[in-house]
Amino acid sequence: MDCLSVRREIHAYLDQELDLASVLQIDRHLASCEGCQGVLAQLTALQSGLREHAVRHAAPASLVQRIRAQVDASATPRARNAAPASAPRMPWFRHWFQLGAAVAASALVTWTGTALYYASAGGDAVAEQVFASHARSVLSERLYDVASSDQHTVKPWLSSRLDFSPPVADLAGAGFPLTGGRLDYVNGRRVAVLVYKHRQHWIDLFVWPEAKGGALRATEQATNGFNVLRWSDSGMAFWAVSDVNAAELKQFAEAYAAAK
Amino acid sequence: MDQQSRVKRFEEAVVAHLDAAYDFARWLTRDERTAEDVVQEACLRAFRFLESLRGDNARAWLLAIVRNTYYTSLKRNQVESLSVPFDEETIAAHEASELDGWQGAAEQLLHQEDARRLVNDALGRLPDEFREVIVLRELEDLSYKEIARIAGVPLGTVMSRLARARKLLLQHLKRAQKES
Repeated sequence: MDCLSVRREIHAYLDQELDLASVLQIDRHLASCEGCQGVLAQLTALQSGLREHAVRHAAPASLVQRIRAQVDASATPRARNAAPASAPRMPWFRHWFQLGAAVAASALVTWTGTALYYASAGGDAVAEQVFASHARSVLSERLYDVASSDQHTVKPWLSSRLDFSPPVADLAGAGFPLTGGRLDYVNGRRVAVLVYKHRQHWIDLFVWPEAKGGALRATEQATNGFNVLRWSDSGMAFWAVSDVNAAELKQFAEAYAAAK
Repeated sequence: MDQQSRVKRFEEAVVAHLDAAYDFARWLTRDERTAEDVVQEACLRAFRFLESLRGDNARAWLLAIVRNTYYTSLKRNQVESLSVPFDEETIAAHEASELDGWQGAAEQLLHQEDARRLVNDALGRLPDEFREVIVLRELEDLSYKEIARIAGVPLGTVMSRLARARKLLLQHLKRAQKES
């Protein structure tokens, strides 16, 4: 074996990816070639250096919690779009390629999935429903029933299907473009959900009429990096849910309150 | 699978490998926030496609999903900087002789006080397709075959990219040591 062929295979040799016959051939060459020994020493030292010094980033605890919460939410029987019960029988590796295609093909892929794990007291039942709806819609990629950035399209669409007329405003100027709306069922009634985008994040704004009207009175709640901001205004209840940070969600609420 | 066993399977196949998934995403994206976004979305996809995992290496399967998710998001955002134009064959042919010039760089590394900074800096500067194979090989300790599946390239490409990655790393270390 000459130096050129040895050095072509020296990485595989280092990584123990060669068959025994090739290993023995290279061993024989190395025994009598200082040049190739030097190359191998370099590569070995580099490998140890990488393994010893390269940073291993551990997943933040908040990320783990968010993922668990999201999966739990999607796994409840209420889930609108549960995962298929059976998958076609194919070798697992072929699924990888299918998966790639599926990922690439989905038109409404969410960049950031959003979820909230609710643990505080008071209004919990509603909060859980609002959160579950948000998580399901993101997970199932069924973000809206009517996709439009035009408030004059979204509002009549929602109003014609509800017993109230939600205030709808496009907030693109403030960095929160309207992307559509959907219907959902929360707290025993049909509600409007306005879907906004902020950078890569989705903000769901749930709106329904509330018996006890009142002025703007906002309550913030946050768990594990997810935020809910709720307020009441002119007889309507508003719940904004997103994984944008609390300050951004507040900006959103202010922009909405100012625009409607 | 009913929902309960799917959640259980998710814990075993996905949550158990979250550190690996996040570390890989960090090295791919070189950004904390983006890595979190990628891993979160990848995990949801993993949950949805749980049936596609058939008793094989769950970690490699998850890393493939992480990679897919990341590159899909890049395409979506139309940031196309994935390909460093070069001819893999040509490089493989020149690899052998060029390694001679870098004697000493890596050996010194082991005695250097700022080895940690040097190594991570060098790794961070590698072009994407080289960084991913070296991270999968050295940090995740995966076989060529697994790396080929994850990166979606032939085995030969994994080998030439690894060789190229190591050469670039040695070059960079050599230069950095000369400067310091």
